[in-house]
Amino acid sequence: MAKTKEMTNNNLLEVKDLKISFKTDEGIITAVDGIKFSVKRGQTLGIVGESGSGKSVSTWSIMRLLPKNSIIDKKSSIKFQQKSGKVVEITKFKSNSRELREIRGGEVALIFQEPMSSFSPVYTIGNQIMEAVLQHRDVTKEEAQEIAIDMLDRVGISNPAQRFKQYPFELSGGMRQRAMIAVALSMNPSLLIADEPTTSLDVTIQAQILELMNELQEELGMSIIFITHNLGVIAQVADEIEVMYLGKILERGTTNDIIHEPQHPYTQALLKAIPRLDTIGERLTAISGDIPSPLSRPIGCPFYTRCEKVMPGICDVKMPEPTQLSDTHTVYCFLYEEKNV
Amino acid sequence: MSDTLLEIKDLKVYFPIRRKNLFSGVTQYVKAVDGVSFHIEKGETLGLVGESGSGKTTVGRSILRAIEPTAGKVTFNVDGETIDLSTLLDKELRVFRKNMQLIFQDPYSSLNPRMTVRDIIAEPIVAQKLAKGDEVDERVREAAALCKLNLEFLRRFPHAFSGGQRQRIGIARALVSRPQFIVCDESVSALDVSIQAEILNLLMDLQKEFGFTFLFIAHDLSVVAHISKRVAVMYLGQLVELAPTEDLFYTPKHPYTEALMSAIPEVDPNQEMNPVNLSGEIPSPINPPSGCRFHTRCPYVQDICKTDEPKWEEIEEKHFVTCHFANTLTLKGAKMPPSVDAA
Repeated sequence: MAKTKEMTNNNLLEVKDLKISFKTDEGIITAVDGIKFSVKRGQTLGIVGESGSGKSVSTWSIMRLLPKNSIIDKKSSIKFQQKSGKVVEITKFKSNSRELREIRGGEVALIFQEPMSSFSPVYTIGNQIMEAVLQHRDVTKEEAQEIAIDMLDRVGISNPAQRFKQYPFELSGGMRQRAMIAVALSMNPSLLIADEPTTSLDVTIQAQILELMNELQEELGMSIIFITHNLGVIAQVADEIEVMYLGKILERGTTNDIIHEPQHPYTQALLKAIPRLDTIGERLTAISGDIPSPLSRPIGCPFYTRCEKVMPGICDVKMPEPTQLSDTHTVYCFLYEEKNV
Repeated sequence: MSDTLLEIKDLKVYFPIRRKNLFSGVTQYVKAVDGVSFHIEKGETLGLVGESGSGKTTVGRSILRAIEPTAGKVTFNVDGETIDLSTLLDKELRVFRKNMQLIFQDPYSSLNPRMTVRDIIAEPIVAQKLAKGDEVDERVREAAALCKLNLEFLRRFPHAFSGGQRQRIGIARALVSRPQFIVCDESVSALDVSIQAEILNLLMDLQKEFGFTFLFIAHDLSVVAHISKRVAVMYLGQLVELAPTEDLFYTPKHPYTEALMSAIPEVDPNQEMNPVNLSGEIPSPINPPSGCRFHTRCPYVQDICKTDEPKWEEIEEKHFVTCHFANTLTLKGAKMPPSVDAA
């Protein structure tokens, strides 16, 4: 492996030129097309995008949890700083290597959308948390049990010692989601990937889970990548937001940049399409057309087929280069590129 | 009331479950819906919200008698006649069904993959023998055009379509029998934001043009607020509050509604969320709590709440609530969003 390089800017994770394709019967589908992002220590990066935007694929690749028919392009780079301070290149590992197993769970943890199907139904909750702890921490069984019960308590599950002995079906949806967060956090990861963690939950429970994640982040100082399609949720949790569409990042900035001064036509349209409480009864501004099929991706800017401000002959030829609007705010759109020239 | 389309009185739906006892099987009931009454006016959209397990879907389905209600009365006022749905025989019900339709949640599993789009849309009128021969095609095309579906699509199969287009097919199928009343059960929840906006617009346009009446069931509060004229809040099989949308959102009178409103994520990062924390979990509908059903989780609970069931009262014009202290509590509503500054 190449010499370990230091990370810039207090970054925990640096992803460059990430390109992931899938071999399918209908041909090769490129789900993520040359994206670049980084996650700072102790911060939350929000990734917003509609279905098929590649938000899950790009982050699951950090743990190399992609199906067998996936191809990570040779030029892709995912650099991650381990707890020991060593910087590793995740794309270089074999998918079943010991190094990778250590990172999965121990350094990077994942919580999914469906609390129903992410636990094994035949083991108790406690058993499943303990298993994770024993894998990644050098502790005895008794200590692992203590850690597990303590974690269940921390995520706000009442009566943790009793819940420890229960099976997943005995817990409600909100509790199971908390239990999953407990599993993820019991290994003390430095990066938590939350893939739509509150999507299937009721608003009241969603609010509790978001609060809990904020608290735990402050306490444990971990970084979070938060994936969702709900802009309201992301505005509450993220420090930085990245907007993805069809495998490309279209805009990146601080939460304030994106929510208050969105520049890309897609981000603007997305924000206008959300029903808000002050527009009761009015027509919503929909984005016309459908998301193109990944098999027939548009050439150029992926959004041009639905964009109101499309410039024929420019947008449909090549992907725009990033334009730096401020220190924190970057947009990929020809509207702004021209102004700079 | 002359402009009432639908009236529901004391609707109850109990599902029997058998608990194996050592000596005898005791039958207990899951009280999914336990005494719900409301009415819907012609051309109005009534929103119905509540947590999962509150019984909102069961209300929608039992109005259509897709689930047989245990007790209660559902009456329709159609063409000057008042029809009591609960007394209709199966045959009569089948004839009446053309007046009411259901739009489902999941556009992926609610369309039969082996039928062409034309056959899917035509099914209600074919099954009810409302049209024959060319008339079927004509009505299918009319419904498809209303939902802005390309007529060339009619020969294709559902797999060729995206989520938004599939949901349009589902809506076209609901419209083809020219119903008066449509239940939308989480009809936009599975769609992406940009597509969701389009379908909501479509539903609102169709309502304006043809005067459809909707019962709109959803858990996304801002979507419900957007489309509904009045909103009802359900908790554990009962309505706790019903009011015109803005009154309900900005001046709620029930502590549960307040908790729901406080939990709506704000799209403004500078506004701090202060969700009311409801302690505990939603209790089991097999043995609902005594007195007010919400008392186990209510932050304002008093002794009376544990023993006496509060009445369903109209405390302001058109604002109904079941709470002993509806008049004395000052509750916070949803935050008024600041003026929009999206470019």
